[in-house]
Amino acid sequence: MLLPGFVWLLIFSIVPMFGIIIAFQNFNPGAGITGSKLIGLEHFRYMFTLNDTRSIFFNTLFIALMKIAANLMVPLVFALLLNELRVQLLKRWIQTIVYLPHFLSWVILGGIVLDLFAYNGPVNQLFGLFGASPVVFFAKAELFPYLVVGTDVWKEFGFNTIIYLAALTGISPALYEAASMDGAGRWRNLWHITLPGIRTTVVLLAVLSLGNVLNAGFDQIFNLYNPLVYSTGDIIDTWVYRTGLLNLQYELATAVGLLKSFIGFILISVSYFLAYRLINYRIF
Amino acid sequence: MVRDQSFGSKWFDHMLIVLLALMAISCILPLWYTLALSLSSNTAASAGDVWLWPVGFNLNSYSQIMQDAQFFKSFWTSVQRVALGAGLNFIIVALMAYPLSRSAAQFKGRNVFMWMLVFTMLFNGGLIPLYLTVKEFGLINNIWALVLVGGAQTIVFNIILAVNFFRNLPRELDEAALVDGAGPWYTLARIYIPLAVPVLATVTLFSIVYHWNEFLYGLVFMTRETNYPLQTYIQQLVVSVDPATMSEDQYRRMAEMSNRTLDAAQIFIAMLPVLAVYPFLQRFFIHGITLGSVKE
Repeated sequence: MLLPGFVWLLIFSIVPMFGIIIAFQNFNPGAGITGSKLIGLEHFRYMFTLNDTRSIFFNTLFIALMKIAANLMVPLVFALLLNELRVQLLKRWIQTIVYLPHFLSWVILGGIVLDLFAYNGPVNQLFGLFGASPVVFFAKAELFPYLVVGTDVWKEFGFNTIIYLAALTGISPALYEAASMDGAGRWRNLWHITLPGIRTTVVLLAVLSLGNVLNAGFDQIFNLYNPLVYSTGDIIDTWVYRTGLLNLQYELATAVGLLKSFIGFILISVSYFLAYRLINYRIF
Repeated sequence: MVRDQSFGSKWFDHMLIVLLALMAISCILPLWYTLALSLSSNTAASAGDVWLWPVGFNLNSYSQIMQDAQFFKSFWTSVQRVALGAGLNFIIVALMAYPLSRSAAQFKGRNVFMWMLVFTMLFNGGLIPLYLTVKEFGLINNIWALVLVGGAQTIVFNIILAVNFFRNLPRELDEAALVDGAGPWYTLARIYIPLAVPVLATVTLFSIVYHWNEFLYGLVFMTRETNYPLQTYIQQLVVSVDPATMSEDQYRRMAEMSNRTLDAAQIFIAMLPVLAVYPFLQRFFIHGITLGSVKE
Protein backbone atom coordinates (compact mmCIF):
# COMPACT_ATOMS: atom_id res chain seq x y z
CA MET A 1 0.00 0.00 0.00
CA LEU A 2 2.86 2.27 0.73
CA LEU A 3 4.58 1.44 -2.48
CA PRO A 4 3.36 4.01 -5.05
CA GLY A 5 3.73 6.97 -2.72
CA PHE A 6 7.05 5.76 -1.60
CA VAL A 7 8.37 5.27 -5.11
CA TRP A 8 7.17 8.75 -6.00
CA LEU A 9 8.95 10.30 -3.06
CA LEU A 10 11.98 8.20 -3.76
CA ILE A 11 12.30 9.49 -7.29
CA PHE A 12 11.66 13.13 -6.65
CA SER A 13 13.00 13.72 -3.20
CA ILE A 14 15.60 11.12 -2.49
CA VAL A 15 17.21 10.64 -5.88
CA PRO A 16 17.93 14.36 -6.25
CA MET A 17 19.72 14.15 -2.94
CA PHE A 18 22.34 12.03 -4.64
CA GLY A 19 22.84 14.88 -7.04
CA ILE A 20 24.74 16.72 -4.36
CA ILE A 21 27.73 14.83 -5.54
CA ILE A 22 27.94 17.41 -8.31
CA ALA A 23 29.28 19.76 -5.69
CA PHE A 24 32.33 17.55 -5.50
CA GLN A 25 32.76 16.97 -9.19
CA ASN A 26 34.03 18.63 -12.27
CA PHE A 27 30.62 18.33 -13.81
CA ASN A 28 30.31 17.67 -17.50
CA PRO A 29 26.63 17.91 -18.48
CA GLY A 30 27.24 15.69 -21.45
CA ALA A 31 28.76 12.89 -19.40
CA GLY A 32 26.24 13.27 -16.60
CA ILE A 33 26.88 12.60 -12.96
CA THR A 34 28.46 9.22 -13.39
CA GLY A 35 30.78 10.38 -16.12
CA SER A 36 32.19 13.39 -14.34
CA LYS A 37 35.39 13.40 -12.38
CA LEU A 38 35.47 13.84 -8.62
CA ILE A 39 37.63 16.74 -7.59
CA GLY A 40 36.99 16.98 -3.91
CA LEU A 41 36.44 20.20 -2.05
CA GLU A 42 37.68 22.49 -4.82
CA HIS A 43 34.33 24.18 -5.28
CA PHE A 44 33.90 24.74 -1.58
CA ARG A 45 37.32 26.33 -1.40
CA TYR A 46 36.42 28.56 -4.35
CA MET A 47 33.10 29.44 -2.76
CA PHE A 48 34.80 30.81 0.32
CA THR A 49 36.97 33.13 -1.73
CA LEU A 50 34.01 34.74 -3.47
CA ASN A 51 32.76 38.05 -2.12
CA ASP A 52 29.26 36.98 -3.02
CA THR A 53 29.31 34.16 -0.50
CA ARG A 54 29.80 36.39 2.49
CA SER A 55 27.06 38.79 1.44
CA ILE A 56 24.47 36.15 0.57
CA PHE A 57 24.93 34.36 3.88
CA PHE A 58 24.78 37.63 5.75
CA ASN A 59 21.69 38.82 3.88
CA THR A 60 19.99 35.49 4.41
CA LEU A 61 20.64 35.50 8.13
CA PHE A 62 19.74 39.15 8.54
CA ILE A 63 16.45 38.91 6.71
CA ALA A 64 15.52 35.51 8.13
CA LEU A 65 16.20 36.48 11.73
CA MET A 66 14.19 39.67 11.39
CA LYS A 67 11.36 37.71 9.84
CA ILE A 68 11.41 35.11 12.59
CA ALA A 69 11.33 37.75 15.32
CA ALA A 70 8.60 39.79 13.64
CA ASN A 71 6.53 36.74 12.70
CA LEU A 72 6.60 35.61 16.31
CA MET A 73 5.70 38.91 17.89
CA VAL A 74 3.23 40.62 15.58
CA PRO A 75 0.79 37.69 15.40
CA LEU A 76 1.06 37.30 19.16
CA VAL A 77 0.15 40.92 19.79
CA PHE A 78 -2.64 40.70 17.25
CA ALA A 79 -4.01 37.52 18.82
CA LEU A 80 -3.93 39.09 22.28
CA LEU A 81 -5.74 42.16 20.99
CA LEU A 82 -8.28 40.08 19.11
CA ASN A 83 -8.87 38.03 22.20
CA GLU A 84 -9.89 41.18 24.06
CA LEU A 85 -12.58 41.89 21.52
CA ARG A 86 -15.98 40.95 22.78
CA VAL A 87 -18.06 41.52 19.68
CA GLN A 88 -18.05 37.99 18.31
CA LEU A 89 -19.35 38.82 14.85
CA LEU A 90 -16.67 41.42 14.28
CA LYS A 91 -14.08 39.01 15.56
CA ARG A 92 -15.03 36.40 12.97
CA TRP A 93 -15.08 38.90 10.14
CA ILE A 94 -11.70 40.29 11.09
CA GLN A 95 -10.25 36.81 11.25
CA THR A 96 -11.61 35.89 7.84
CA ILE A 97 -10.23 39.04 6.26
CA VAL A 98 -6.87 38.83 7.93
CA TYR A 99 -6.20 35.22 6.89
CA LEU A 100 -6.60 36.11 3.23
CA PRO A 101 -3.14 37.40 2.19
CA HIS A 102 -1.58 34.13 3.26
CA PHE A 103 -3.36 32.32 0.44
CA LEU A 104 -2.19 34.61 -2.32
CA SER A 105 1.06 33.85 -4.07
CA TRP A 106 4.07 36.13 -4.04
CA VAL A 107 3.72 36.56 -7.78
CA ILE A 108 0.44 38.32 -7.16
CA LEU A 109 1.43 40.10 -3.98
CA GLY A 110 4.80 41.01 -5.44
CA GLY A 111 3.09 42.68 -8.37
CA ILE A 112 0.76 44.54 -6.02
CA VAL A 113 3.49 45.58 -3.60
CA LEU A 114 5.80 46.76 -6.37
CA ASP A 115 2.93 48.81 -7.76
CA LEU A 116 1.98 50.29 -4.39
CA PHE A 117 5.54 51.39 -3.74
CA ALA A 118 6.26 52.44 -7.32
CA TYR A 119 7.70 55.83 -8.06
CA ASN A 120 4.28 57.28 -8.89
CA GLY A 121 2.33 54.79 -6.83
CA PRO A 122 -0.01 55.45 -3.90
CA VAL A 123 2.60 55.43 -1.17
CA ASN A 124 4.70 58.05 -2.90
CA GLN A 125 1.58 60.03 -3.72
CA LEU A 126 0.78 59.97 -0.01
CA PHE A 127 4.26 61.25 0.69
CA GLY A 128 3.54 64.04 -1.77
CA LEU A 129 0.45 65.05 0.19
CA PHE A 130 2.60 65.54 3.24
CA GLY A 131 5.19 67.42 1.29
CA ALA A 132 7.88 64.74 1.28
CA SER A 133 9.67 63.88 -1.92
CA PRO A 134 9.01 60.51 -3.55
CA VAL A 135 11.30 57.58 -2.86
CA VAL A 136 12.18 54.87 -5.33
CA PHE A 137 11.55 52.23 -2.70
CA PHE A 138 12.49 49.01 -4.40
CA ALA A 139 15.59 50.39 -6.00
CA LYS A 140 17.21 51.33 -2.72
CA ALA A 141 19.38 48.59 -1.31
CA GLU A 142 19.26 50.07 2.22
CA LEU A 143 15.49 49.81 2.38
CA PHE A 144 15.05 46.45 0.73
CA PRO A 145 15.45 44.06 3.69
CA TYR A 146 12.99 46.08 5.75
CA LEU A 147 10.46 46.20 2.94
CA VAL A 148 10.83 42.44 2.57
CA VAL A 149 10.27 41.75 6.26
CA GLY A 150 7.44 44.26 6.48
CA THR A 151 5.49 42.85 3.57
CA ASP A 152 6.07 39.30 4.75
CA VAL A 153 4.72 40.11 8.18
CA TRP A 154 1.71 41.76 6.55
CA LYS A 155 1.08 38.64 4.48
CA GLU A 156 1.49 36.07 7.21
CA PHE A 157 0.42 37.71 10.46
CA GLY A 158 -3.20 36.73 10.04
CA PHE A 159 -2.55 33.08 9.41
CA ASN A 160 0.04 32.89 12.15
CA THR A 161 -2.44 34.14 14.72
CA ILE A 162 -4.46 30.97 14.33
CA ILE A 163 -2.14 29.01 16.53
CA TYR A 164 -2.01 31.74 19.16
CA LEU A 165 -5.79 32.08 19.16
CA ALA A 166 -6.15 28.35 19.58
CA ALA A 167 -3.77 28.48 22.52
CA LEU A 168 -5.66 31.38 24.05
CA THR A 169 -8.90 29.45 23.99
CA GLY A 170 -7.15 26.78 25.99
CA ILE A 171 -6.84 29.03 29.02
CA SER A 172 -9.52 28.22 31.52
CA PRO A 173 -12.08 31.02 32.03
CA ALA A 174 -12.22 30.07 35.68
CA LEU A 175 -8.81 31.64 36.09
CA TYR A 176 -10.10 34.94 34.76
CA GLU A 177 -13.12 34.80 37.06
CA ALA A 178 -11.00 34.09 40.08
CA ALA A 179 -8.70 36.94 39.13
CA SER A 180 -11.52 39.43 38.70
CA MET A 181 -12.86 38.47 42.09
CA ASP A 182 -9.49 39.39 43.45
CA GLY A 183 -9.81 42.73 41.69
CA ALA A 184 -7.48 42.13 38.76
CA GLY A 185 -7.76 44.56 35.86
CA ARG A 186 -6.96 43.96 32.20
CA TRP A 187 -3.22 44.33 32.46
CA ARG A 188 -2.90 42.05 35.47
CA ASN A 189 -4.95 39.46 33.67
CA LEU A 190 -2.60 39.69 30.73
CA TRP A 191 0.55 39.43 32.74
CA HIS A 192 -0.47 36.78 35.24
CA ILE A 193 -2.93 34.59 33.34
CA THR A 194 -2.83 35.05 29.59
CA LEU A 195 0.87 35.18 28.96
CA PRO A 196 1.81 32.28 31.24
CA GLY A 197 -1.06 30.34 29.69
CA ILE A 198 0.32 30.54 26.20
CA ARG A 199 3.94 30.42 27.22
CA THR A 200 4.29 26.86 25.94
CA THR A 201 2.96 27.75 22.50
CA VAL A 202 5.20 30.78 22.17
CA VAL A 203 8.29 28.83 23.16
CA LEU A 204 7.30 26.03 20.80
CA LEU A 205 6.90 28.35 17.84
CA ALA A 206 10.16 30.10 18.64
CA VAL A 207 12.08 26.87 18.86
CA LEU A 208 10.57 25.43 15.69
CA SER A 209 11.35 28.56 13.74
CA LEU A 210 15.03 28.08 14.54
CA GLY A 211 15.19 25.64 11.68
CA ASN A 212 14.19 28.39 9.27
CA VAL A 213 17.09 30.67 9.98
CA LEU A 214 18.49 30.10 6.52
CA ASN A 215 15.18 30.33 4.68
CA ALA A 216 14.72 33.99 3.97
CA GLY A 217 11.85 33.41 1.57
CA PHE A 218 12.87 32.67 -2.00
CA ASP A 219 9.46 33.21 -3.58
CA GLN A 220 9.04 36.60 -2.02
CA ILE A 221 12.51 37.91 -2.69
CA PHE A 222 12.56 36.55 -6.23
CA ASN A 223 9.41 38.48 -6.99
CA LEU A 224 10.48 41.69 -5.32
CA TYR A 225 14.17 42.01 -6.12
CA ASN A 226 16.11 43.51 -8.98
CA PRO A 227 19.85 43.94 -9.67
CA LEU A 228 19.95 47.24 -7.79
CA VAL A 229 19.22 45.57 -4.47
CA TYR A 230 21.34 42.45 -4.87
CA SER A 231 23.83 43.72 -2.30
CA THR A 232 21.32 43.53 0.54
CA GLY A 233 18.56 41.45 -0.95
CA ASP A 234 20.29 38.55 -2.60
CA ILE A 235 19.81 35.49 -0.44
CA ILE A 236 21.35 32.05 -0.76
CA ASP A 237 18.44 30.58 -2.70
CA THR A 238 18.21 33.38 -5.25
CA TRP A 239 21.97 33.35 -5.78
CA VAL A 240 21.91 29.57 -6.28
CA TYR A 241 19.09 29.97 -8.79
CA ARG A 242 20.95 32.57 -10.84
CA THR A 243 24.35 30.94 -10.62
CA GLY A 244 23.11 27.46 -11.29
CA LEU A 245 20.28 27.80 -13.75
CA LEU A 246 21.02 31.07 -15.48
CA ASN A 247 24.80 31.06 -15.46
CA LEU A 248 24.97 27.28 -15.65
CA GLN A 249 27.66 27.02 -12.99
CA TYR A 250 26.16 23.80 -11.76
CA GLU A 251 28.90 22.70 -9.39
CA LEU A 252 29.22 25.96 -7.53
CA ALA A 253 25.49 26.41 -7.15
CA THR A 254 25.09 22.84 -5.93
CA ALA A 255 27.92 23.32 -3.46
CA VAL A 256 26.35 26.40 -1.94
CA GLY A 257 22.92 24.79 -1.94
CA LEU A 258 24.38 21.75 -0.24
CA LEU A 259 25.97 23.87 2.45
CA LYS A 260 22.69 25.59 3.10
CA SER A 261 20.71 22.34 3.15
CA PHE A 262 23.21 20.79 5.48
CA ILE A 263 23.26 23.66 7.97
CA GLY A 264 19.48 23.89 7.72
CA PHE A 265 19.14 20.20 8.40
CA ILE A 266 21.23 20.46 11.54
CA LEU A 267 19.29 23.50 12.72
CA ILE A 268 15.90 21.92 12.11
CA SER A 269 16.90 18.68 13.78
CA VAL A 270 18.20 20.57 16.79
CA SER A 271 15.04 22.62 16.96
CA TYR A 272 12.77 19.59 16.78
CA PHE A 273 14.84 17.86 19.41
CA LEU A 274 14.67 20.90 21.69
CA ALA A 275 10.93 21.12 21.18
CA TYR A 276 10.60 17.49 22.05
CA ARG A 277 12.65 17.86 25.20
CA LEU A 278 11.22 21.14 26.40
CA ILE A 279 7.56 20.67 25.63
CA ASN A 280 7.16 17.10 24.53
CA TYR A 281 6.26 18.16 21.02
CA ARG A 282 6.11 15.29 18.63
CA ILE A 283 5.67 15.35 14.90
CA PHE A 284 4.03 11.96 14.79
CA MET B 1 -16.24 36.85 32.29
CA VAL B 2 -16.63 39.73 34.66
CA ARG B 3 -14.76 42.83 33.58
CA ASP B 4 -14.53 46.28 35.01
CA GLN B 5 -16.58 48.81 33.12
CA SER B 6 -14.60 51.88 34.01
CA PHE B 7 -14.22 54.75 31.56
CA GLY B 8 -10.66 53.72 30.81
CA SER B 9 -11.87 50.28 29.92
CA LYS B 10 -14.57 51.54 27.53
CA TRP B 11 -12.09 53.80 25.80
CA PHE B 12 -9.77 50.85 25.41
CA ASP B 13 -12.57 48.76 23.88
CA HIS B 14 -13.30 51.39 21.27
CA MET B 15 -9.65 51.94 20.39
CA LEU B 16 -9.26 48.19 20.13
CA ILE B 17 -12.03 47.88 17.60
CA VAL B 18 -10.57 50.73 15.57
CA LEU B 19 -7.08 49.28 15.63
CA LEU B 20 -8.15 45.75 14.73
CA ALA B 21 -10.45 47.01 12.01
CA LEU B 22 -7.60 49.05 10.55
CA MET B 23 -5.33 46.03 10.50
CA ALA B 24 -8.01 43.99 8.81
CA ILE B 25 -8.70 46.69 6.27
CA SER B 26 -5.00 46.90 5.50
CA CYS B 27 -5.26 43.33 4.29
CA ILE B 28 -7.97 44.16 1.82
CA LEU B 29 -6.94 47.61 0.65
CA PRO B 30 -4.09 46.51 -1.64
CA LEU B 31 -6.40 44.03 -3.35
CA TRP B 32 -9.15 46.61 -3.72
CA TYR B 33 -6.62 49.09 -5.05
CA THR B 34 -5.51 46.59 -7.67
CA LEU B 35 -9.09 46.20 -8.82
CA ALA B 36 -9.54 49.95 -9.04
CA LEU B 37 -6.27 50.28 -10.92
CA SER B 38 -7.23 47.61 -13.42
CA LEU B 39 -10.45 49.46 -14.24
CA SER B 40 -8.76 52.83 -14.70
CA SER B 41 -7.29 54.46 -17.76
CA ASN B 42 -3.57 54.01 -18.22
CA THR B 43 -2.80 57.73 -18.22
CA ALA B 44 -4.50 58.18 -14.87
CA ALA B 45 -2.64 55.20 -13.50
CA SER B 46 0.76 56.44 -14.65
CA ALA B 47 0.02 59.86 -13.23
CA GLY B 48 -0.74 58.26 -9.92
CA ASP B 49 -4.29 59.56 -9.73
CA VAL B 50 -5.88 56.31 -8.80
CA TRP B 51 -6.61 55.78 -5.12
CA LEU B 52 -9.54 53.56 -4.26
CA TRP B 53 -11.86 54.29 -7.11
CA PRO B 54 -11.22 53.87 -10.84
CA VAL B 55 -10.30 57.06 -12.67
CA GLY B 56 -11.33 57.04 -16.29
CA PHE B 57 -13.28 53.83 -15.99
CA ASN B 58 -12.72 51.48 -18.86
CA LEU B 59 -12.46 47.78 -19.47
CA ASN B 60 -9.54 48.04 -21.90
CA SER B 61 -7.11 46.01 -19.88
CA TYR B 62 -9.63 43.22 -19.46
CA SER B 63 -10.44 43.14 -23.16
CA GLN B 64 -6.70 43.02 -23.83
CA ILE B 65 -6.49 39.98 -21.61
CA MET B 66 -9.42 38.36 -23.39
CA GLN B 67 -7.40 38.61 -26.59
CA ASP B 68 -4.31 37.14 -25.02
CA ALA B 69 -4.53 33.47 -25.90
CA GLN B 70 -1.48 32.60 -23.87
CA PHE B 71 -3.14 33.91 -20.69
CA PHE B 72 -5.94 31.42 -21.08
CA LYS B 73 -3.60 28.64 -22.06
CA SER B 74 -1.58 29.26 -18.91
CA PHE B 75 -4.78 29.43 -16.89
CA TRP B 76 -5.78 26.07 -18.26
CA THR B 77 -2.32 24.64 -17.55
CA SER B 78 -2.66 25.74 -13.95
CA VAL B 79 -6.12 24.22 -13.69
CA GLN B 80 -4.82 20.93 -15.05
CA ARG B 81 -1.92 21.02 -12.67
CA VAL B 82 -4.20 21.66 -9.70
CA ALA B 83 -6.57 18.88 -10.69
CA LEU B 84 -3.80 16.34 -11.23
CA GLY B 85 -1.84 17.47 -8.21
CA ALA B 86 -4.76 17.47 -5.79
CA GLY B 87 -6.02 14.15 -7.11
CA LEU B 88 -2.65 12.48 -6.80
CA ASN B 89 -2.21 14.03 -3.37
CA PHE B 90 -5.53 12.62 -2.21
CA ILE B 91 -4.77 9.11 -3.40
CA ILE B 92 -1.27 8.95 -2.04
CA VAL B 93 -2.17 10.44 1.33
CA ALA B 94 -5.04 8.00 1.77
CA LEU B 95 -2.82 5.10 0.75
CA MET B 96 0.14 6.02 2.90
CA ALA B 97 -1.52 7.41 6.00
CA TYR B 98 -3.39 4.23 6.82
CA PRO B 99 -0.47 1.82 7.12
CA LEU B 100 1.71 4.43 8.76
CA SER B 101 -0.88 5.08 11.41
CA ARG B 102 -0.80 1.52 12.63
CA SER B 103 1.37 1.05 15.68
CA ALA B 104 4.90 -0.22 15.45
CA ALA B 105 3.80 -3.52 16.86
CA GLN B 106 1.32 -4.09 14.05
CA PHE B 107 3.50 -2.74 11.32
CA LYS B 108 7.14 -3.50 11.82
CA GLY B 109 9.39 -0.92 10.33
CA ARG B 110 6.75 1.76 10.58
CA ASN B 111 9.08 4.08 12.41
CA VAL B 112 11.78 3.56 9.82
CA PHE B 113 9.42 4.63 7.06
CA MET B 114 8.16 7.63 9.03
CA TRP B 115 11.66 8.86 9.72
CA MET B 116 12.58 8.46 6.07
CA LEU B 117 9.59 10.56 5.11
CA VAL B 118 10.41 13.23 7.67
CA PHE B 119 13.98 13.22 6.44
CA THR B 120 12.86 14.29 2.97
CA MET B 121 11.23 17.30 4.59
CA LEU B 122 14.37 18.30 6.39
CA PHE B 123 17.00 17.86 3.74
CA ASN B 124 17.00 18.23 0.01
CA GLY B 125 19.58 18.11 -2.72
CA GLY B 126 18.86 21.57 -4.01
CA LEU B 127 17.45 22.97 -7.20
CA ILE B 128 20.19 21.82 -9.58
CA PRO B 129 20.03 18.09 -8.81
CA LEU B 130 16.23 18.35 -8.96
CA TYR B 131 16.45 19.88 -12.40
CA LEU B 132 18.89 17.22 -13.58
CA THR B 133 16.71 14.42 -12.22
CA VAL B 134 13.67 15.76 -14.05
CA LYS B 135 15.74 16.07 -17.22
CA GLU B 136 16.90 12.46 -16.90
CA PHE B 137 13.30 11.32 -16.77
CA GLY B 138 12.48 13.34 -19.85
CA LEU B 139 9.83 15.36 -18.04
CA ILE B 140 11.02 18.79 -19.08
CA ASN B 141 8.12 20.73 -20.60
CA ASN B 142 5.73 18.12 -19.30
CA ILE B 143 2.99 19.00 -16.84
CA TRP B 144 3.85 15.91 -14.83
CA ALA B 145 7.15 17.53 -13.87
CA LEU B 146 5.18 20.23 -12.09
CA VAL B 147 2.68 17.83 -10.57
CA LEU B 148 5.20 15.28 -9.35
CA VAL B 149 7.94 17.61 -8.15
CA GLY B 150 5.56 20.12 -6.62
CA GLY B 151 3.54 17.40 -5.03
CA ALA B 152 6.63 15.79 -3.54
CA GLN B 153 7.31 19.03 -1.68
CA THR B 154 4.05 19.02 0.22
CA ILE B 155 3.01 15.40 0.37
CA VAL B 156 4.94 14.49 3.50
CA PHE B 157 3.38 17.28 5.54
CA ASN B 158 -0.05 16.15 4.38
CA ILE B 159 0.72 12.54 5.18
CA ILE B 160 1.77 13.45 8.69
CA LEU B 161 -1.46 15.39 9.22
CA ALA B 162 -3.46 12.39 8.08
CA VAL B 163 -1.43 9.91 10.09
CA ASN B 164 -2.01 11.86 13.29
CA PHE B 165 -5.68 12.04 12.51
CA PHE B 166 -5.94 8.33 11.89
CA ARG B 167 -4.11 7.56 15.09
CA ASN B 168 -6.75 9.44 17.02
CA LEU B 169 -9.45 7.17 15.73
CA PRO B 170 -10.36 4.37 18.11
CA ARG B 171 -8.33 1.25 17.80
CA GLU B 172 -11.46 -0.85 18.11
CA LEU B 173 -12.40 0.00 14.54
CA ASP B 174 -9.47 -1.95 13.26
CA GLU B 175 -10.16 -4.90 15.48
CA ALA B 176 -13.86 -4.95 14.69
CA ALA B 177 -13.11 -4.93 10.99
CA LEU B 178 -10.60 -7.73 11.44
CA VAL B 179 -13.08 -9.81 13.37
CA ASP B 180 -15.55 -9.41 10.54
CA GLY B 181 -12.94 -10.69 8.12
CA ALA B 182 -11.99 -7.46 6.40
CA GLY B 183 -8.55 -7.22 4.87
CA PRO B 184 -6.49 -4.02 4.99
CA TRP B 185 -7.74 -2.71 1.62
CA TYR B 186 -11.35 -3.18 2.56
CA THR B 187 -10.80 -1.59 5.95
CA LEU B 188 -9.13 1.37 4.34
CA ALA B 189 -11.71 1.90 1.66
CA ARG B 190 -14.89 1.25 3.57
CA ILE B 191 -14.08 2.41 7.06
CA TYR B 192 -11.16 4.77 7.30
CA ILE B 193 -11.61 6.91 4.24
CA PRO B 194 -15.23 7.86 4.99
CA LEU B 195 -14.16 8.77 8.51
CA ALA B 196 -11.23 10.77 7.27
CA VAL B 197 -13.18 13.15 5.07
CA PRO B 198 -12.32 16.25 7.16
CA VAL B 199 -8.60 15.69 7.11
CA LEU B 200 -8.56 14.56 3.49
CA ALA B 201 -10.54 17.67 2.54
CA THR B 202 -8.06 19.84 4.40
CA VAL B 203 -5.13 18.12 2.79
CA THR B 204 -6.67 18.46 -0.66
CA LEU B 205 -7.25 22.15 -0.07
CA PHE B 206 -3.65 22.68 0.97
CA SER B 207 -2.58 20.90 -2.18
CA ILE B 208 -4.88 22.96 -4.39
CA VAL B 209 -3.64 26.25 -2.95
CA TYR B 210 -0.02 25.13 -3.25
CA HIS B 211 -0.24 24.01 -6.85
CA TRP B 212 -2.19 27.08 -7.89
CA ASN B 213 0.31 29.49 -6.34
CA GLU B 214 3.56 27.76 -7.20
CA PHE B 215 5.59 29.44 -9.94
CA LEU B 216 9.25 28.45 -9.67
CA TYR B 217 9.00 24.93 -11.01
CA GLY B 218 6.98 26.27 -13.92
CA LEU B 219 9.87 28.58 -14.66
CA VAL B 220 12.59 25.97 -14.23
CA PHE B 221 11.02 22.93 -15.87
CA MET B 222 9.22 24.61 -18.78
CA THR B 223 11.41 26.03 -21.48
CA ARG B 224 8.68 27.44 -23.67
CA GLU B 225 6.30 30.17 -22.65
CA THR B 226 3.39 28.19 -24.06
CA ASN B 227 3.85 25.66 -21.31
CA TYR B 228 3.95 28.10 -18.41
CA PRO B 229 1.35 27.77 -15.67
CA LEU B 230 -0.49 30.95 -14.82
CA GLN B 231 1.63 32.24 -11.95
CA THR B 232 4.84 31.76 -13.93
CA TYR B 233 3.33 33.53 -16.94
CA ILE B 234 2.26 36.49 -14.84
CA GLN B 235 5.58 36.53 -13.08
CA GLN B 236 7.48 36.83 -16.32
CA LEU B 237 5.20 39.53 -17.66
CA VAL B 238 4.48 41.67 -14.66
CA VAL B 239 7.07 41.19 -12.01
CA SER B 240 10.36 40.12 -13.44
CA VAL B 241 12.86 42.67 -14.50
CA ASP B 242 15.61 42.17 -17.03
CA PRO B 243 18.76 41.60 -14.98
CA ALA B 244 20.91 43.68 -17.28
CA THR B 245 22.78 46.65 -15.89
CA MET B 246 20.27 49.08 -14.53
CA SER B 247 20.43 52.42 -12.83
CA GLU B 248 17.86 53.99 -10.56
CA ASP B 249 16.86 56.29 -13.40
CA GLN B 250 16.27 53.39 -15.75
CA TYR B 251 14.23 51.66 -13.06
CA ARG B 252 12.10 54.71 -12.61
CA ARG B 253 11.62 55.21 -16.31
CA MET B 254 10.66 51.60 -16.74
CA ALA B 255 8.05 52.04 -14.06
CA GLU B 256 6.60 55.04 -15.81
CA MET B 257 6.44 53.34 -19.17
CA SER B 258 4.84 50.12 -18.05
CA ASN B 259 1.21 49.43 -18.63
CA ARG B 260 0.14 49.37 -15.03
CA THR B 261 -3.53 48.81 -15.65
CA LEU B 262 -2.86 45.72 -17.72
CA ASP B 263 -0.57 44.34 -15.04
CA ALA B 264 -3.17 45.07 -12.40
CA ALA B 265 -5.86 43.34 -14.42
CA GLN B 266 -3.77 40.22 -14.90
CA ILE B 267 -2.96 40.12 -11.21
CA PHE B 268 -6.59 40.54 -10.30
CA ILE B 269 -7.74 37.73 -12.57
CA ALA B 270 -5.10 35.43 -11.11
CA MET B 271 -6.38 36.30 -7.65
CA LEU B 272 -10.00 35.64 -8.52
CA PRO B 273 -10.10 31.86 -8.10
CA VAL B 274 -8.58 32.09 -4.64
CA LEU B 275 -10.81 35.00 -3.64
CA ALA B 276 -13.91 33.28 -4.95
CA VAL B 277 -13.27 30.00 -3.22
CA TYR B 278 -11.78 31.36 -0.03
CA PRO B 279 -14.86 32.40 2.00
CA PHE B 280 -16.39 28.97 1.69
CA LEU B 281 -13.27 26.99 2.39
CA GLN B 282 -11.80 29.13 5.11
CA ARG B 283 -13.42 27.03 7.80
CA PHE B 284 -11.75 23.89 6.51
CA PHE B 285 -8.30 25.34 6.51
CA ILE B 286 -8.45 26.58 10.04
CA HIS B 287 -10.25 23.60 11.46
CA GLY B 288 -8.12 21.18 9.52
CA ILE B 289 -4.81 22.29 10.93
CA THR B 290 -5.78 21.31 14.43
CA LEU B 291 -7.16 18.01 13.18
CA GLY B 292 -3.74 16.75 12.33
CA SER B 293 -2.01 17.40 15.60
CA VAL B 294 -0.72 14.85 18.05
CA LYS B 295 -3.26 14.62 20.82
CA GLU B 296 -2.23 12.52 23.73
